[in-house]
Amino acid sequence: MRIVIAKPGLDGHDRGAKVIARALRDGGNEVIYTGLRRTPEEIVRIVNDEDADALGLSTLSGAHDVLIPKVSTLLRQEGLNHVVVFAGGIIPMDDREDLYNKGIRAIFGPGSTTSEILDFLEVVVERKVRNKPVGIGEESGWCWDG
Amino acid sequence: MVDAANLLEEARQGNRRSLAKLLTYLEEGGKSPLEYGRGKSLGITGPPGVGKSSLIGKLIDEWLNLGETVAVLAVDPSSPISGGALLGDRMRMVNADSSDSVFVRSLATRNHPGGLMNCLTPMIEVLSECGWENIVIETVGSGQSETRVVAFADIVVLVDGPDRGDIIQAEKSGIIEMADLIVINKSDLKNAQKAADSIRSALSFNEESPKVFLSSAHTGEGIKEIINELKILQSPLIRNRMRVRERLISAWDSVLLESESLEILISEIEDGKISISEAIEMIRNHNKTSKS
Ligand code: B12
Ligand SMILES: Nc1nc2c(ncn2[C@@H]2O[C@H](COP(=O)(O)OP(=O)(O)O)[C@@H](O)[C@H]2O)c(=O)[nH]1
Ligand SMILES: [Mg+2]
Repeated sequence: MRIVIAKPGLDGHDRGAKVIARALRDGGNEVIYTGLRRTPEEIVRIVNDEDADALGLSTLSGAHDVLIPKVSTLLRQEGLNHVVVFAGGIIPMDDREDLYNKGIRAIFGPGSTTSEILDFLEVVVERKVRNKPVGIGEESGWCWDG
Repeated sequence: MVDAANLLEEARQGNRRSLAKLLTYLEEGGKSPLEYGRGKSLGITGPPGVGKSSLIGKLIDEWLNLGETVAVLAVDPSSPISGGALLGDRMRMVNADSSDSVFVRSLATRNHPGGLMNCLTPMIEVLSECGWENIVIETVGSGQSETRVVAFADIVVLVDGPDRGDIIQAEKSGIIEMADLIVINKSDLKNAQKAADSIRSALSFNEESPKVFLSSAHTGEGIKEIINELKILQSPLIRNRMRVRERLISAWDSVLLESESLEILISEIEDGKISISEAIEMIRNHNKTSKS
């Protein structure tokens, strides 16, 4: 898969994003890393131009409740409904339900292992092959629960 | 089914979604909707870490100032083990993600036999057809397959760092002979001037040997001068010929490596049943018969 790993907003914590980018590469994916401090608009443009299948957002700054829904809305507006969106970093349990409702398919907190994340992607590929909804704009209510 | 002609028509009218999809189609081996034609590109190569992507970022800023558009194809190696790739060039091109006048696409080499990336030529043509004025290919210049990638560009810029070690590597890979312009980047660090001097003296002094420029992607020093030089730079016939030669050889290699009989011939040579020259004769004859 072609996967964009992005750091939205002013959050400067990039260790996790880099670890994940490398892990996904080792799992056989082509990973485009955006670098720090991208706006939701920039992230959506990158996903479009790179023709990515999936987008992983990393946020540890506490702004996930604003930035992630913004990315979700923009992706739909641009017709990128097929893109699978998942997230990681510091995202409290109480905030997750809302993000799942916006079409985010998985959230990985501190201590998540590489194999969990690759397992998730395997299920994503399976769902795509079977034409089951999994993209950001393909409503279904499905999300990864480990 | 992908309708390439339709995508091209939409991309021509400025639809980035269609352009992105068309590039994917070409990357996956789809047939170009364009007849073989024009499309000039600038290849930027050099050892890892010398600042190629950062420098392209600065060139982008300067082209934008001049009111020009830029498309970049940034090539990075695929892992031969996992098949995956980490494509981190665009993160250095700071203003690339927000301007309508810039289009950046990251490409993995995907371990094609012989290192040949057949998709580059049609991609350049499509980008040119869609009106992108400056088309840049970034590729890591160390090792043979990367030399081959940059042979698909019309003008080649070799970027190097202030450390002598990098330069020696570039000499080894034979890429230095393909350069139309050499840039020693990181001129804000010490030794850059020295590196430029030593590379100038290493190049034989005739009219065709490339000029050597200094630049810094951090301070912006030397960027305007490079842009001005690129506007007038023409690759001498002798280097153009070398690139065409390299393209042909890599295409030949890839035909050989993809040929069905290759594995059989290898084991027959291994078992002593045929000699190498007999094997070559068989490949030649096979190519002849499959053509008619
Ligand atoms: C190291 C660190 C720093 C370093 C960052 C260095 C760097 N370049 O990354 C420095 C010292 C610079 C720093 C600064 C700050 N930090 Co700090 N920092 C941490 C710390 C201790 C560890 C983060 C880390 O690197 N973990 C290691 C990586 C590998 O783990 P990870 O990022 O969580 O990633 C894992 C998962 O979350 C997941 N994941 C993450 N991203 C993604 C993305 C995808 C797509 C997927 C699938 C998975 C995934 O997978 C990874 C592997 O399991 C955390 C506390 C903590 N325990 O998390 C605080 C923490 C994140 N920082 C915090 C704060 C407040 C700050 C500061 C504002 C000031 C301060 N008080 O220190 C500044 C702000 C900096 C800025 N500009 O944004 C708070 C955030 C609070 C909040 N969100 O409500 C935390 C939680 C500490 C705390 N408990 O208060 N920090
Ligand atoms: N000091 C200095 N560092 C630079 C310069 N250009 C790039 N770098 C740094 O060199 C590293 C590699 O840069 P990058 O553009 O990714 O190199 P590439 O691998 O050749 O594309 C990064 O840390 C850059 O910040 C420069 O002109 N001066
Ligand atoms: Mg680079």
